[in-house]
Amino acid sequence: MGIPITGQIINMCAALLLLIAFAMLSQRRILSLINLFSLQGLILAISTSVVAYSSQQQHLYYSAALTLLLKAIVLPMILHRLIRKLNIKWDVETMFNIPTIMLVGLALVVFAFNLAAPISQMAATITRSTLGIAMASVLLSFLMMITRSKAVPQVVGFLAMENGLFFAATSATYGMPMVVELGIALDVLVGMFILGIFFFQIRTAFDSLDLKHMEKLKEE
Amino acid sequence: MFASLGVSPINVILGVTVFWLLLGLGGLALQDNRIITRVIFPVGAIGSLILATAALGGLSGVDTAVLPIGLPDLPFHLRIDSLSAFFLLLLGASSIGITLFSAGYFGRMAVQELGLLCLEYHIFLASMTLVFLADDAYMFMVAWEAMALSSYFLVTTDHDQPEVRRAGFLYLLIAHVGAIAILMGFGVMQGGHGDYTFDTMRHGHLSAYWASITFFLALFGFGAKAGILPMHAWLPEAHPAAPSPVSALLSGIMLKTAIYGILRVSFDLLDIQIWWWGVVALTLGLFTALFGVIFAAVQVDMKRLLAYSSIENIGIILVGIGLTIIFHASGKEALAALSLTASLYHSINHAFMKGLLFLGTGSILHATGERHLGKLGGLIHKMPNLALFMLIGTLALAGLPPLNGFVSEWLMLQAFLLSPGLTQAYINMLVPIAAAALVLTAALAGFVMVKFYGVIFLGQPRDAGLAVVHDAGIWERIGMLCMVAGCIALGIFPTFVILHLDFVAEMLVHNSLGTSAVHSGWLMLTPIAAERASYSPLILLLIIVSGVVLTMLAVKKFYHGRLRRGPAWDCGFPEQGARMQDTAEGFGQPIRQIFEWFMGVVRKMPSPFDLHPHYHAEVHDRLWNIFYAPIKRANEAIGNQIGKLQHGRIHVYLLYSFITLLALLAFIE
Repeated sequence: MGIPITGQIINMCAALLLLIAFAMLSQRRILSLINLFSLQGLILAISTSVVAYSSQQQHLYYSAALTLLLKAIVLPMILHRLIRKLNIKWDVETMFNIPTIMLVGLALVVFAFNLAAPISQMAATITRSTLGIAMASVLLSFLMMITRSKAVPQVVGFLAMENGLFFAATSATYGMPMVVELGIALDVLVGMFILGIFFFQIRTAFDSLDLKHMEKLKEE
Repeated sequence: MFASLGVSPINVILGVTVFWLLLGLGGLALQDNRIITRVIFPVGAIGSLILATAALGGLSGVDTAVLPIGLPDLPFHLRIDSLSAFFLLLLGASSIGITLFSAGYFGRMAVQELGLLCLEYHIFLASMTLVFLADDAYMFMVAWEAMALSSYFLVTTDHDQPEVRRAGFLYLLIAHVGAIAILMGFGVMQGGHGDYTFDTMRHGHLSAYWASITFFLALFGFGAKAGILPMHAWLPEAHPAAPSPVSALLSGIMLKTAIYGILRVSFDLLDIQIWWWGVVALTLGLFTALFGVIFAAVQVDMKRLLAYSSIENIGIILVGIGLTIIFHASGKEALAALSLTASLYHSINHAFMKGLLFLGTGSILHATGERHLGKLGGLIHKMPNLALFMLIGTLALAGLPPLNGFVSEWLMLQAFLLSPGLTQAYINMLVPIAAAALVLTAALAGFVMVKFYGVIFLGQPRDAGLAVVHDAGIWERIGMLCMVAGCIALGIFPTFVILHLDFVAEMLVHNSLGTSAVHSGWLMLTPIAAERASYSPLILLLIIVSGVVLTMLAVKKFYHGRLRRGPAWDCGFPEQGARMQDTAEGFGQPIRQIFEWFMGVVRKMPSPFDLHPHYHAEVHDRLWNIFYAPIKRANEAIGNQIGKLQHGRIHVYLLYSFITLLALLAFIE
């Protein structure tokens, strides 16, 4: 066995993250989507703490705790409350053809691995092989934002993209400095509140959270 | 004069510039109509007088100064030499009358606007002064842009009218396209040294290829300011839109800054001149002159007519410059000096003549509120003073002796007539054609002036409102009198003027008319040799005056007491109405008929059965369709294509950033 047990756990977490990214891409129910997002946060927290244990980086423990608190608990709670208030808990979204989106997602994963290969070879971290997965989950989240037509799933996509970035930072360089991470966490939280207010505004203005109504705002 | 006081001309001129700026700021701060019109403008005119005197003193020498303001390590360089002193003289001398006229003209404006206008007016004068003084590209461009902007705000004084705003925009647009070309020209000339002083450019050397590029960039850039042919579109729009004294400044002085620029670049900053540049300039100048005069002949708006006439005169000046380049490059320095002198002479003449006529239209506009020639007529009875001033101005612009317009056109034709003997055979063939076209232009200019004067001042009033008009006010009359004095003095004493122009010719083409021009005394002007051609305006004037006086005496003597007044023969029309007179349209009709292929004429003929027939003809500028419309269409098409990017769909916008991200990632890989 060339890879130590911690490395294997990290690899498995990465694989789970990629799987969840695909699941989110194809999930049509908003409630399930939020649950998946919460699960993604949890796995991210686990993998970060394993990285912290194996590399003896103390500050990564704080990162892991922060991730667990914010992304697995607080943000999903806010989202749950939001969809309850907006009364869209059981909404099902119409989407583009899901198999096509999956195929595009596959191509993106190949692209991301291809992109990450030279960087992975240079990096000396235990997590270097997961960089491709991290980039793939960023791109998949982006793709999810493009393909969704409702406001809440787009925000979830945005948050998932942030998760992917965080994972990429952990796997490439053992995380960003603590100040940066705190800053990003605060940004995400504030962004979430502002977007929550926007949801209500959009709904009072257009009677729907479907973003296609916003095409009317275009200047003729 | 100033040298004896121990003050160099450049300091005096700088002092006047600062003085003007302070006057403008004072006007803005005081916001008092009476003070601005009765004190600030007349005092500004005294500044013009001092400037003109200082420039006269600076004609013979070279003087430099460095202003420590500007960017760090990039001070403003100033220099006064013969060329800039001549143009400063032009600026100072012709702005005296225009500023005095403004004192009377702007009295009717609202207080708030007048304060602002006073500031813009004086900034405009000061920036033109600095354009002439600048000795590095940085200073030049700063002054050039200040000039463009201040004149833009002056042009759009009546900005509540949409056509004035449109004219102002067109002016600003073309001015900036021109400024970019000028800037690129300077960029080529500094030759990679990174030193933008004119002194470096003067001592630098460019290959024929790069020199040609610089020359044509300068011709294009300055041509956009002067109204040379493809870049003329703003001129007939902006000049009528501006208040009349501003039109006089624009046409009389600002167009000459472009002439100054062309001369400065092609003769002073570039060390070589190539003969075919001259051919291009000559051809462009001829087309510009012919175009201007033909379109002037068919205009029905008096200020538009004068604007087109300005295009014509700029064309004539450019012809002279082109000829100078040809002669200079062929080594015929005496002839180069002659044609350069003719060009410069025409520049200063045009400043006075066109300034005077634009001021006159201001008085007419003031009195009648009407610019359309079809509504004017018979003003000679109501405005006798103005009619006399305008008569002198129109005669001068028509190029009749003994006034100034004749002298410069005559000198120009002399230069043409003496040109056989050039080495290039093709140019020898071109020159007679060019001379013929120039004569045609001069003749048509006479036609235009007859139309201008005849329709406005002669005949019967075409509008009932004309019965109660008043003559020009005292300040306006003083202003116009200054311009008239300039026209007459420049016409009667050409030898003195040429003695001063010789400094410029000596500096640019290293030769002058001096010795030959006056060798038969100050009375006779003989450009090359007495046996070829000579002209004495004073003797001609004496002959004209004595002829008129003698005829009058003779008439008095022989017909005295036998004069019988009776009704004039009415040609069988007992009722003579104002509408039966020849109109401006009617007067221009033959020209419109002959040159119909040249201009786009849209005619609307009434049907024979129409009980209320209405004839309507409109003249369009064909060049607009050829040069400007394609650019406009291409711009719109590109704009529409870019507009398609904007869907209003958030997914598409996200897709744009996604694709950008992927492309960049693929790129760094």
